[in-house]
Amino acid sequence: MSTLTMRYVEREARVFARLWRGSVFSSFVAPALMLGALGIGLGSLINERNDGVEGLTYIQFVAPGLLAATVMNVAVNECMWPVMGGHKWSRQYHAMVAAPLTPASVYHGVVTWAGVRVAMSAAAFLLVAALLGGVKSPWGVLAFPAAILTGLAFAAMMAAFSITQDDDLKFPLIVRLGVQPLFLLSGTFFPVRELPRGIRWMVWLSPLWHGVELCRAACLGEFHPTRAFINIAVLVVFVAVGAHWGRATFARRLAS
Amino acid sequence: MPDALVAAEGLTKQFGPFEAVRGIDFRVERGEAFGFLGPNGAGKSSTMRMIACVSPITGGSLRVLGQDPATHGSELRGRLGVVPQEDNLDTELSVWDNLIVYGRYFDLPRALLRERAEELLEFMQLTERRNDRVDPLSGGMKRRLTIARALINEPELLLLDEPTTGLDPQARHLLWERLYRLKSAGVTLILTTHYMDEAEQLCDRLVIMDRGQIVGEGSPRQLIGEYCTRDVVELRFAGIDGLERAQKMAYDRGERVEVLPDRLLVYSDDGEATTEALAHHGLEPLSVLVRRSTLEDVFLTLTGRTLED
Repeated sequence: MSTLTMRYVEREARVFARLWRGSVFSSFVAPALMLGALGIGLGSLINERNDGVEGLTYIQFVAPGLLAATVMNVAVNECMWPVMGGHKWSRQYHAMVAAPLTPASVYHGVVTWAGVRVAMSAAAFLLVAALLGGVKSPWGVLAFPAAILTGLAFAAMMAAFSITQDDDLKFPLIVRLGVQPLFLLSGTFFPVRELPRGIRWMVWLSPLWHGVELCRAACLGEFHPTRAFINIAVLVVFVAVGAHWGRATFARRLAS
Repeated sequence: MPDALVAAEGLTKQFGPFEAVRGIDFRVERGEAFGFLGPNGAGKSSTMRMIACVSPITGGSLRVLGQDPATHGSELRGRLGVVPQEDNLDTELSVWDNLIVYGRYFDLPRALLRERAEELLEFMQLTERRNDRVDPLSGGMKRRLTIARALINEPELLLLDEPTTGLDPQARHLLWERLYRLKSAGVTLILTTHYMDEAEQLCDRLVIMDRGQIVGEGSPRQLIGEYCTRDVVELRFAGIDGLERAQKMAYDRGERVEVLPDRLLVYSDDGEATTEALAHHGLEPLSVLVRRSTLEDVFLTLTGRTLED
């Protein structure tokens, strides 16, 4: 991590220290409510009728799924409007690259800060989940780094794209056609084998599914080494490809 | 001459097929105030962004503080101060935090930044607004804060892109006065402007740019002496007839004229004599104004257009 990247993070932390109240609901309260409503509310029904999901209580099944989905939302939100705004609206990024920061250090800073926000949300979520009985094994602490990696995969790609946009017209589309389907179909709320056979393979393309698998393995304390390795590798590839792309798009937009 | 702070030779900048800067040469020496004067779209801002080590050059050569921006960009930017044309203050932070956070981008220690921020707010007359957000500040205050921010790293070279565009006359004069003080304190200034009075007020030396090229260079006095007469007589006529006769008269007297949509300019070494000659010829303009030549006239002479076009 270069010093310049840390200077970016420092600025974000300063702003967050001032404005954090505005994000409490979306980052912390809403995910906890969701977990409560699904895990306990809907869960009581599922547990009664079906004896849980795959031998688990529903909250044990859904908590890791929601954890990964939450960090996806936090990462995407952090790297959508704020990134476009830094270039087009407040023009902060231009102020930064007039100072010693480079376009690449700004990009790295954006993704790093998204990682910090993801870590905050993941920690809070895991705590609530543990209190509600959603974390079965003490290995569940490993869901924390798994969630951060998941968040970084989304942040790296999203930031690289957002900087290329001159307006925000495509963002709602990405949420509706990208984020929402992933959210619903990546093994978050129900096992993937409930999906129609023809489209089941598609979850392999979903970074969220790989994140969910990792978080779930950790929360249950049941690791399958090969699968975990593949999950991690896919997420790392998303981060690496995003980073490569992002350094190029940021340079093109901020130093032309 | 190894001392030049900025030296460009055959410098070009291209955006796709569009050539914004078309082979310009200039040198800026330590301690001077150097200006790029020209209308919007002349290539001034593109040139500034290259000097600021933000925009890579397309062709030619450019040295800033004796080094190559392509290889030492980040390091060089640490020794420059930049005041961009569009304000980009951090609207999510207070006036004070704007200075501190920006100073941190230069990796300066906080204690030092607090000291400098105190002085700069004082210098820019913003001390009373230190805890305010940036948004409610007036245009002049924002610009002063942007300049204060650009000075937080004690730059060797201060770049100002259209520093007073959009400000009211009072705010402009306050800003000029502060920039004049900086210049007296030995800070090298490079500025772009499309206001000839700004160029005359602040610049020791300037180049006139038009369509990506430099069309004239020198001190304001030199430029006026070289391309213009001492006086300009501005005449307005009710009809085309008077205008044409006045044109012929000036021509006969060996004086150059420019015809603008609403008036006629007669370049004269002696404005009084020209107005007397008008009366002699029985010409009765609606109005007669005798004034000294300005850089605006130099620009008009060199390009056939006005700066406000």
